[in-house]
Amino acid sequence: MDIFLQQIINGLVQGSIYALVALGYTMVYGIMGLINFAHGEVVMIGALVSITVTSTLAAAGMPLGLAGLFGLVAAMLTCMALGWSLERIAYRPLRGSPRLTPLITAIGMSIVLQNLAMIFWGRNYLTFPPLLPKINFEFAGTHFTLVQVVIVLLSATLMAGLIFLVYRTKLGMAMRATAQNPAVASLMGVNINRVIASAFVIGSALAAVAGVMVGSYYEIAHYQMGFMLGLKAFTAAVLGGIGNLAGAMAGGLLLGIIEALGAGYIGDLTGGFLGSHYQDIFAFIVLIVVLMFKPSGLFGEKTGDRA
Amino acid sequence: MQAKLSVVALSVAAAFALSACGEKEAPAPVAAPAAPAAKPEVVVKLGHVAPMTGPQAHLGKDNESGALLAVEELNAQGLEIGGAKVKFELVSEDDQADPKQGTIVAQKLIDAKVNGVIGHLNSGTTIPASKLYSDAGLPQISPSATNPKYTQQGFKTAFRVMANDIQQGKVLGEFAAKQGAKTVAIIDDRTAYGQGLADEFRKAAEAAGLKVVANEYTNDKATDFKAILTKIKSTKADLVFFGGMDAQGGPLVKQMKDLGIKAKFLGGDGVCTPEFMKLGGPAADGQFCSLPGVPLEQLAKGPEFKSKFETKFGYQIQLYAPNAYDAVMVIADSMKRAGSVEPAAYLPEVGKTKMEGVSGNIEFDQFGDLTSGAISVYKYEGGTLTYVETLGGAPAAAPAPAEAPAAPAAPAEEKK
Repeated sequence: MDIFLQQIINGLVQGSIYALVALGYTMVYGIMGLINFAHGEVVMIGALVSITVTSTLAAAGMPLGLAGLFGLVAAMLTCMALGWSLERIAYRPLRGSPRLTPLITAIGMSIVLQNLAMIFWGRNYLTFPPLLPKINFEFAGTHFTLVQVVIVLLSATLMAGLIFLVYRTKLGMAMRATAQNPAVASLMGVNINRVIASAFVIGSALAAVAGVMVGSYYEIAHYQMGFMLGLKAFTAAVLGGIGNLAGAMAGGLLLGIIEALGAGYIGDLTGGFLGSHYQDIFAFIVLIVVLMFKPSGLFGEKTGDRA
Repeated sequence: MQAKLSVVALSVAAAFALSACGEKEAPAPVAAPAAPAAKPEVVVKLGHVAPMTGPQAHLGKDNESGALLAVEELNAQGLEIGGAKVKFELVSEDDQADPKQGTIVAQKLIDAKVNGVIGHLNSGTTIPASKLYSDAGLPQISPSATNPKYTQQGFKTAFRVMANDIQQGKVLGEFAAKQGAKTVAIIDDRTAYGQGLADEFRKAAEAAGLKVVANEYTNDKATDFKAILTKIKSTKADLVFFGGMDAQGGPLVKQMKDLGIKAKFLGGDGVCTPEFMKLGGPAADGQFCSLPGVPLEQLAKGPEFKSKFETKFGYQIQLYAPNAYDAVMVIADSMKRAGSVEPAAYLPEVGKTKMEGVSGNIEFDQFGDLTSGAISVYKYEGGTLTYVETLGGAPAAAPAPAEAPAAPAAPAEEKK
């Protein structure tokens, strides 16, 4: 039983990170129907910027905790600027063009960002300074660390904050209006460009936080770390119903837990026929089944033709 | 409409995954600095293949730097072969540690008419590429592919300059038994290298009376191992063996500690690197790993190579740079003896090599493996590798002190 609980904890932590990244995909998709494939790379840039800033400040004698905070803020600011420029450079000029065109520039931007990061930060793995004290908790036979607790709590807080923003503020209302019908929204005096840009900026800030969390959890960062993470988060967003905030969170958590349980039990379930390297099968079988019976994802709304 | 959308989204994800694989192009080939040319020179192009991008790029760079050092030294010597002055050039290619890409760049080198190949780094890329080199009659010396299969295919062109995994797996299995482990869990990364090493270890461990209680798998790009480690924890294994590379091993050993796993960790050459200790941090301390050959410090030319390397490049040797250096030297030496730089002419001479390389004595058996297959075991201690003992193979130049926990002399630490 403690093993099962431990797997759930493993999955929950992994899932919280997926969920946070998935929010960025889903927000942009919900508003403009675009899949921003460069989002995973924004996570990576966030992690790398925070490493550079944190270790530079720490080397200059600042206490690690404070340096880490500065690192986080620097990462968020950089990523917000990056998200804004991505939209300005790669997507806005193509608004109104066929759906596939911005998708291709998205993939292009992802490759460009990876290579820029490789040139700037090099090919080696970077060790992430341990921002939080290493405290291990033991509970009912399970082990977890302070970092893991912080990840889950911080993700939950950020997600709640985002929901508040979208459903309780003026900007959120403008976002929802733009998502429903951009033309009508602009006739009503909503500045669509600003709304879309702010969706990118907010999504990128969340991505930066996710990057710092991933970095401090595994204590490593690398220029390719965003790629797989982005793909998984995108899967989570589709699973939950892309375009839907609650769906992205549920999808992320679900995907994380399915993966952990898959890796832990697939060998026993198939009598050793399939090993733990087939863990992704579980996640994708669930995805396919969900899409077969509920094509818009678990929480997907009927958004008509537009989305 | 919505259904269609999801399908589009999924297929796009797939296409993205594919395109990203093919997209990372190799950095420009490294050209050797031009030597002053007095009389007409013959340019000898040597291909070098290793992953220069991706999670193992640091090891690729390590091999390339080793080979580059050899090429520059040869050019500085002003070597003459068959009466003509020769200038060596390293043509560096990136195979991304991907078997498919490995065969593509192999063909590229063959088409570019290189005179010999140093590489590839990974067993998974070396084995499929070796068929192409064999068909083209091009001598190939891998400085780091340890999977036994590479030299067992019957190719006359395939050589390697370190012990293979049959030898390494055996030593590690016996070492695990000697450590007092009764039960072991084995993790491999499903690459030709990781799987091969894990299989050899499993055989040796079972032969030594150990019980294998779990076989788990990951991949060579993973960062999260908590799920499989949790499962291993439930088996209460005494020792966890990892067949894979440092970029996975480091986080893995750290996550073992996070999960409160008390089992010992043991790995092969892929995790016996400074990078592993950097990534594993304090969790790596007290664990063991093995490397083919004997420590550089115990070899005649080892310390000199180490200082030359570190002066020139400004970073530590990761793993197989000395072997890559030797691989170039073996080719140059064979060309000299054959009096020709043509692959067909000097290939027979490669098998007859008798050379004291920086990584040890180099002599090949009929398969292209080294005749002396010594393996050394190291312990991670405070961010350095401490030499423990050398086992197996003909003890070439190793005055191996038995069990030496108190580490011989200071420089014997961070072996390569």
